[in-house]
Amino acid sequence: MNKLTANMAGTVWKILVKAGDQVEEGQDVVILESMKMEIPIGAEFDGTVKEIKVNEGDFVNEGDVLVEFE
Amino acid sequence: MFKKVLIANRGEIAARIMRTCKSLGVAAVGVYSEADIEAPHVKMADEAYLLGGSRVAESYLNIDKILEIARFSKAEAIHPGYGLLSENTEFARRCEEAGLVFIGPSPEVISRMGSKIESRKVMEKAGIPIVPGIAYPLADAEEAVRVAERMGYPVMLKASAGGGGIGMQMVGNADEIYKAFAGNQKRATDFFGDGAMYVEKYIENPRHIEIQILADGFGDTVYLWERECSIQRRHQKVVEEAPSSFLDDVTRSKMGEAAVKAAQSIKYRNAGTIEFLVDENKNFYFLEMNTRLQVEHPVTEEITGLDLVAEQLRIAAGDSLGFAQDDVKREGHAIEVRIYAEDPKTFFPSPGTITKLSLPEGPGVRHELAVHGQSVVTPFYDPMIAKLVVRGKNRDEAIDCLQEALAHYQVEGIKTNISMLQKIAAHPAFRAGDTTTSFVAKYLQGN
Repeated sequence: MNKLTANMAGTVWKILVKAGDQVEEGQDVVILESMKMEIPIGAEFDGTVKEIKVNEGDFVNEGDVLVEFE
Repeated sequence: MFKKVLIANRGEIAARIMRTCKSLGVAAVGVYSEADIEAPHVKMADEAYLLGGSRVAESYLNIDKILEIARFSKAEAIHPGYGLLSENTEFARRCEEAGLVFIGPSPEVISRMGSKIESRKVMEKAGIPIVPGIAYPLADAEEAVRVAERMGYPVMLKASAGGGGIGMQMVGNADEIYKAFAGNQKRATDFFGDGAMYVEKYIENPRHIEIQILADGFGDTVYLWERECSIQRRHQKVVEEAPSSFLDDVTRSKMGEAAVKAAQSIKYRNAGTIEFLVDENKNFYFLEMNTRLQVEHPVTEEITGLDLVAEQLRIAAGDSLGFAQDDVKREGHAIEVRIYAEDPKTFFPSPGTITKLSLPEGPGVRHELAVHGQSVVTPFYDPMIAKLVVRGKNRDEAIDCLQEALAHYQVEGIKTNISMLQKIAAHPAFRAGDTTTSFVAKYLQGN
């Protein structure tokens, strides 16, 4: 299974996709907020969003899964 | 003087304010979030109280809880530090209503200076030069384009409530405005609860030079010279120094006098800073007023010999200034660098656990610390973990001292910008004083 993980601890600020969406490599999928800065997290490959594992406002640690792809 | 003061802040500034409280025999009440239980400012406080969860909304921005602690601990005054609630009109008002002294200007002044559009109007009326631009909020991107075309590109698109570079962007043509407008407006709404946007003429190769002022409650106002803070990344300051190597004495006095006039025109009280943009021909333009203590205030302390926090406390306690403009010293040269927990190339933050902290010591070296040897740097707050302040008899000596100190500054366990600061300190362009706001882009990026 292909997953997108948080590259640092922070809060989920914005989720830019929903289940079923097609994403392209490099497209911003989630924006984290850490240390008062927005950190865009981009897809590492083309794919279809299977499940969003977090909600806006959630706190995540480095390595936590944000989005799963088909 | 007060017997007890509550410090409604965290990090290095809370610890720094407490240091002055101790030297004046004032008891310091600390407040902290769950994430900050082990923080230096909690250890340093005479008494400290838990505010709540780690996020600022649950802790350092919780006005009710802070006022409750102030009442319970019998504090007489509240020092807001910088950031957080320091420029929050409601907080200043609620302090007054609760019979507490807010260490800063009146709520009305905070409110007027908090809006960039309003403060531009006030300053223009007082005869202070402002960056050419509009003094009303834009309706939409189309109007921004019309204004920009009248003014001539490039222009700065800015959020009236903005700060820290958020909601602000340089745009070079109509297409860029259409692309930038909605995003910046949304960001300003999300961060500051106010999406009012306006346009200013873009000043080429500017320097960011600010004047520190002190005003007592009796109409006396002095300026404590300038700080040059041009070297920035992500529109946030990285290196600050006093005096500025760019100003001559005539411009320096003109700017100081303009700052005093600006402060007096709004009946300003306590410490404040007037920020100016200065162009290549030494024309200066009012940018904004910060109605609080600044992060970079130590460089002013180093060249004037004054303790700005002590002055703030005295003024808030009802004392008069006790000195005149001619008594304000200006000796030597001081430089401050901000140590950020971040990747030195991408500037992305780097939360984590510090495993080693080894600080340079020596004459002319001063530290302000938000962390200690085993601190966890959490993602909840600003990435600034420390400030290094150096001083010398002149700018060259201060730069030598900075290079030496940075060479021995060790932080392990997290990424920091120390290597970037070392590059700045060693750069011939820095030594030569070519310190415009494009310094980082011009000299450091791409290598």
